[in-house]
Amino acid sequence: MGSAAIELKGITKRFGSVVANNNVNLSVSHGEILSLLGENGSGKTTLMNMISGIYHPDEGQIFINGREAVITSPRDAYDYKIGMIHQHFKLVDVFSAAENIVLGLNDNRKFNVNEVSQRVAQISEKYGFDIDPRKKIYQMSVSEKQTVEIIKVLYRGADILILDEPTAVLTPQETQKLFAVIRRMRDDGKAIIIITHKLHEVLSVSDRVSVLRRGEYVGTLETAKTNETELTEMMVGKKISLNIARSEPKNTADRLVVNNIRCLSREGVTLLDNVSFTARSGEILGIAGIAGSGQRELLEAIAGLQHIDSGEIIYNNPKTGAADNLRDKTPLQIRDLGVRLSFVPEDRLGMGLVGNMDIVDNMMLRSYRRGKGVFLERREPRELADRIIDQLKVVTPGTSTPVRRLSGGNVQKVLVGREIAAAPTVLMAAYPVRGLDINSSYTIYNLLTEQKESGVAVIFVGEDLDVLIELCDRIMVIGGGKITGIVDARRTTKEEIGLLMTKTDGGQINE
Amino acid sequence: MISTIASFINAAIIQGIPLLYGATGEIITEKSGNLNLGIPGIMYIGGISGIVGGYIYEYYTPEPVAALCILIPLLSSLLASALMALIYSFLTITLRANQNVTGLALTTFGVGVGNFLGGSLQSFFGKSGSISLLTTGNYFKTALPFADDLGDFGKVFFSYGFLAYLAVIIAIAAGFILNKTRVGLNLRAVGESPATADAAGINVTRYKYVATCVGGAVAGLGGLYFVMDYIAGAWTNDGFGDRGWLAIAIVIFALWKPNLAIPCSFIFGGLYIICTYIPGLSSAAKELIKMLPYLVTIVVLIVISARKRRENQPPAHLGLPYFREER
Repeated sequence: MGSAAIELKGITKRFGSVVANNNVNLSVSHGEILSLLGENGSGKTTLMNMISGIYHPDEGQIFINGREAVITSPRDAYDYKIGMIHQHFKLVDVFSAAENIVLGLNDNRKFNVNEVSQRVAQISEKYGFDIDPRKKIYQMSVSEKQTVEIIKVLYRGADILILDEPTAVLTPQETQKLFAVIRRMRDDGKAIIIITHKLHEVLSVSDRVSVLRRGEYVGTLETAKTNETELTEMMVGKKISLNIARSEPKNTADRLVVNNIRCLSREGVTLLDNVSFTARSGEILGIAGIAGSGQRELLEAIAGLQHIDSGEIIYNNPKTGAADNLRDKTPLQIRDLGVRLSFVPEDRLGMGLVGNMDIVDNMMLRSYRRGKGVFLERREPRELADRIIDQLKVVTPGTSTPVRRLSGGNVQKVLVGREIAAAPTVLMAAYPVRGLDINSSYTIYNLLTEQKESGVAVIFVGEDLDVLIELCDRIMVIGGGKITGIVDARRTTKEEIGLLMTKTDGGQINE
Repeated sequence: MISTIASFINAAIIQGIPLLYGATGEIITEKSGNLNLGIPGIMYIGGISGIVGGYIYEYYTPEPVAALCILIPLLSSLLASALMALIYSFLTITLRANQNVTGLALTTFGVGVGNFLGGSLQSFFGKSGSISLLTTGNYFKTALPFADDLGDFGKVFFSYGFLAYLAVIIAIAAGFILNKTRVGLNLRAVGESPATADAAGINVTRYKYVATCVGGAVAGLGGLYFVMDYIAGAWTNDGFGDRGWLAIAIVIFALWKPNLAIPCSFIFGGLYIICTYIPGLSSAAKELIKMLPYLVTIVVLIVISARKRRENQPPAHLGLPYFREER
């Protein structure tokens, strides 16, 4: 067997105070497929980026064919015959497949498209690809683009291939075709690493599987000797008790009834597929799922920011008792009804706050219409800003500090505080504790619980299953734009949710 | 009639040459993803530095040699323009300053420096009156000797100084390099998707620097042609006018293709002077006709935006800074 094609020993990578990978060990041999399994944020992609030269590990060693390797740039990775197929393709749209394949190569050959096309044809024949080298990338389907990416690394003579979530954008048929190609590459002696969070794919394609959890290396198993339940347990880990104060829901009433909504993207990809559920007042409804399964689209659909192709969202107005369909309303009308979206997307400031404006001005983003005539009304927003700083213990030099200069936790407090101040009837919070320290997180949990106790229907999109289980009353799991299950948070287990999260028909996930 | 048309075409080409230099330079720059709005200023600098170089040489040499008369202004023009582009590159690529603001500042700066040096060069050397480098200008203007013998045909094709032919050669060469060589492929990739280029092992920063500086140097030659050939070694403040902006408009009109920039420049050159060939126009009508190039540019922008053919769009990453992101 000899030495492994690639072996990682004690790899650690930190971003500031966040440890993305801690002491990870991994090895793959030639002629072997290894799955790297883990939830979002478990550090899979970071780890692979270190192999492909995008990041540099803080600690640990990488061995290639038994010899220690130092990889400081993508070019070094090519020299070590490592090829990475990124999840977001790195292709130039207006170039043809052949042009993309030879991009950046310096092999002293004359640049000749015909010659390139011939070599591409040879590779295609060997592994069973089907591609026209002259076709422009922007005219291609996602699957074709991926094929170009794979040929690109093979053309450069890669021996070690890393595929980052390769099936996330493929249909089931395309996935089968891809797996056939991957197996052929393995039989040709290539070492292959597939990053994934889909259990059934792990089981069907890989020889061994390594599991990461929150940047920690959990272990490696032979695929033939394991099963879904064991892998799920390794992936989500044992239950950790957080002691979040949770009260029993009182006086619940159906506030928001979502019936069979369906949303398509501009390209016609299904974002939300027949989603139905009910959000009740006095209750926290958690939404769990792999990132990009449709959480964002769902919240935006309710807030009126996402076009809904079919279905309805009925809002039972507690003041008038009327049942309105939110689908016909503008975002402003929806907000005035008391449906509030406190959205914290991937970048901290995101859609809710303007970084260069101070806290008062950010308060006014919600109240600027209320001024008299053409002049702005500043007194109320300033009082509100003071109140939020005081009640939520926002650490800031004053109300006139630009929000951009506050720490992440304080930014989130300002955002959530403003939405809560409007006395909402429905409060949607997406990843409100992302990047926050423990104490700030608990402040936010308590805030949400207070809102629930005062009769608000709270929808909480979270990442951490332990938090979801302790904070929410019910948890809805979304996978590939579909609801895969709604469970009682008091009785469910992490394994149950984990299985629901990974339960997709394959190929339905859009990012 | 024929000879009027011939002299119109001749004039259009003469007007078009500075535009062609500017457009070719800007296309090379924009292909790397840098939108250099400093081109008008760089062209001013290209002109005035040629004048300064030629002036000093003529001042200290009683009998100037033809080769040096051409070489010295040429080199000073190329160097000064490249230096301007280097300032732009440093600000936008290394310091990641806003490209539009940087470019506009350079244009203001270039025009100011040009007018300052042009206005005071004579007094630095203890003379008065306006600059006139007749000897140098004549060398630049020297056309092929047989042009006069060929009548209108000679007038249209052979009556220009060497810089005019160089402009066409550079444009064709730029088109060839961009489309047929690895360097061109890599450069286009940098302008379209620097992240992709980076991942493919291309040195994005180096490509941007080199393309911007080469582009600046080429554009500067447009200024040199204007002062040395078109007005024969003289300088008038603001004499170059808005030709720099026209050159940037041609980049759009020519759909970022240097080969196409050649006819486009001549068309714009023709539109620029056509008012003098239409008899009996009022001065207001003349100004209106001078607007034609800009109107045409707007129409072209509308058409390419509406048609959405991907090959005809500007480089996808044009105007945006690039840095390899760390989380």
